[in-house]
Amino acid sequence: MNHDAYTDDFLRDLLGGTRTVAMVGASANWNRPSYFVMKYLQQKGFRVIPVNPREAGKEILGETVHAELKDVPDPVDMVDVFRNSEAAGAITDEAIAIGAKSVWMQIGVRNDEAAARAEDAGLKVVMNRCPKIEYSRLHGELSWGGFNSRVISSKRRKL
Amino acid sequence: MADDQAPGFDTLAVHAGGAPDPATGARQTPIYQTTSFVFDDADHAAALFNLQQPGFIYSRLTNPTVSVLEERIAALEGGVGATATASGHAAQILALFPLMSPGAEVIASKKLYGGSLNQMGHSYRKFGWNAVFVEPEAPANFRRAVTDKTRAIFIENLANPGGVIVDVEAVADIAHEAGVPLIVDSTMATPYLSKPIDWGADIVVHSTTKFLSGNGSAVGGVVVDGARFDWLTHRDKYPSLAQPAPEYHGLTFAETFGELAYTVYGHAVGLRDLGASQSPMNAWITLQGIETLGLRMQRHCDNALTVARFLESHPQVAWVSYAGLESSPFQAQARKYMPAGAGSVFTFGVTGGYDMGIKVVEGVELFSHLANIGDTRSLIIHPASTTHRQLTEEQLVAAGAGPDVIRLSIGIETVDDIIADLDRALTAAA
Ligand SMILES: Cc1ncc(COP(=O)(O)O)c(C=O)c1O
Repeated sequence: MNHDAYTDDFLRDLLGGTRTVAMVGASANWNRPSYFVMKYLQQKGFRVIPVNPREAGKEILGETVHAELKDVPDPVDMVDVFRNSEAAGAITDEAIAIGAKSVWMQIGVRNDEAAARAEDAGLKVVMNRCPKIEYSRLHGELSWGGFNSRVISSKRRKL
Repeated sequence: MADDQAPGFDTLAVHAGGAPDPATGARQTPIYQTTSFVFDDADHAAALFNLQQPGFIYSRLTNPTVSVLEERIAALEGGVGATATASGHAAQILALFPLMSPGAEVIASKKLYGGSLNQMGHSYRKFGWNAVFVEPEAPANFRRAVTDKTRAIFIENLANPGGVIVDVEAVADIAHEAGVPLIVDSTMATPYLSKPIDWGADIVVHSTTKFLSGNGSAVGGVVVDGARFDWLTHRDKYPSLAQPAPEYHGLTFAETFGELAYTVYGHAVGLRDLGASQSPMNAWITLQGIETLGLRMQRHCDNALTVARFLESHPQVAWVSYAGLESSPFQAQARKYMPAGAGSVFTFGVTGGYDMGIKVVEGVELFSHLANIGDTRSLIIHPASTTHRQLTEEQLVAAGAGPDVIRLSIGIETVDDIIADLDRALTAAA
């Protein structure tokens, strides 16, 4: 698996097969990227469960915050890592342990050893990307800001 | 399209950014001629204003027709994003705006469009920006001009009007050694002939007024970001991008938006505060032009080479400066950087000096005597008696606009007619 470039089909399949996202490092501060990524994914129909030991027991955007991945009571499809590259190692191992289908590391986060362990366990891995940017790119919304979506299609998009 | 096949240039020129309208199915890009866009509720408005969600607020910032143009040109240049502007000159200011502050320096090529030399040499001073001009033929000149105040290097890859081609790759290396981005004005080349980002440039600007719109009907500009430059490793030099922005609640553009940062800043701060946005109507006209960019540019270049060869052998012509000619010192650079052709704008000298120059521009019938380039129509101007008339003879020669100089922008008409028109005017002026 080449982690410098992902095909649109790979990302579409991964996002399309995801209903529930556990967001590790979710912030309660409305001006932090994790907060508005969570909000955006909720608007797009994903359920996002925040994980953050400092906020455990509180609520962010209507969802109860858990201290660790293993505390999340519901099945998790994707683990979204809003922590640094080093911390992503242990988080990836927990993601494997709870039976997640994928691990997604945010922009600036990359841990190739952890990615290899996850892939050996059958998980899909994305690193150094943002699911909000990729979702909006594939669905035409990123283009609104003047960005190159690299998507060429003469099909009418659903609103 | 299939994932494993990167679309070709002409496919991008027709399609990039231009999917059918999701609301109506309209196949051609609609002209969203509106100033403003309604919010779903207060929460939606807040998310838009705080740059937390994609969407439209007000057409000074973004507009759905203009954003198609931005995506189209970003795709053609191989960039990550683009910001369209009211004119090419506005694009130059917008490109530098995130990088510069009072006391900062931009090292600029001396071989730029005369209007750009004026903008940088005089008006930038009013912002406290200092342009340091160097001869671009020897890339080392740029290295010698670097100081700790340098924030960018600015060149035209194919310079207007001199037929000079700058070694973009070498200048990009020098810029990166100095820890600053290279900005390339690629108006004369267009992405059809050369893609500066592929040669190491960080940012590309265009006057879309010229070949991109292509038929002399809409003034406009664009700034494209290749997003290779890492603002965060030069945090002290580029506070606008790499330090917290107080007006956005302490958000740091380069951290929050990663490779999108420069283009987000271009809209959310650049266009917001400088206000030089492109109108939806002009963006739409420019999109119509871009659809045929590849066809037109090839014809422009083929015609220009035929006309340049004809002029080189004409008794009333003293010299021709076109990088596509075997006689040009820039022919090797032309082969490397723009193998499909050296553009369609070039200069030549008449044997009879100033008076003969005037007679020629007045004697043509098919050529239009006006101050523009990059039209489907062939254009002609005698700089010494028009655009450059305030200069002394010495200054005229230094600017490549001596008394004998005529500048042509060769159109896409039947080349025999272009040649016949010039031949008649030159012979009559002798
Ligand atoms: C190379 C080049 N850059 C920039 C400009 C300025 O563009 P505009 O007239 O669209 O402001 C021109 C216009 O002649 C040009 O030729």
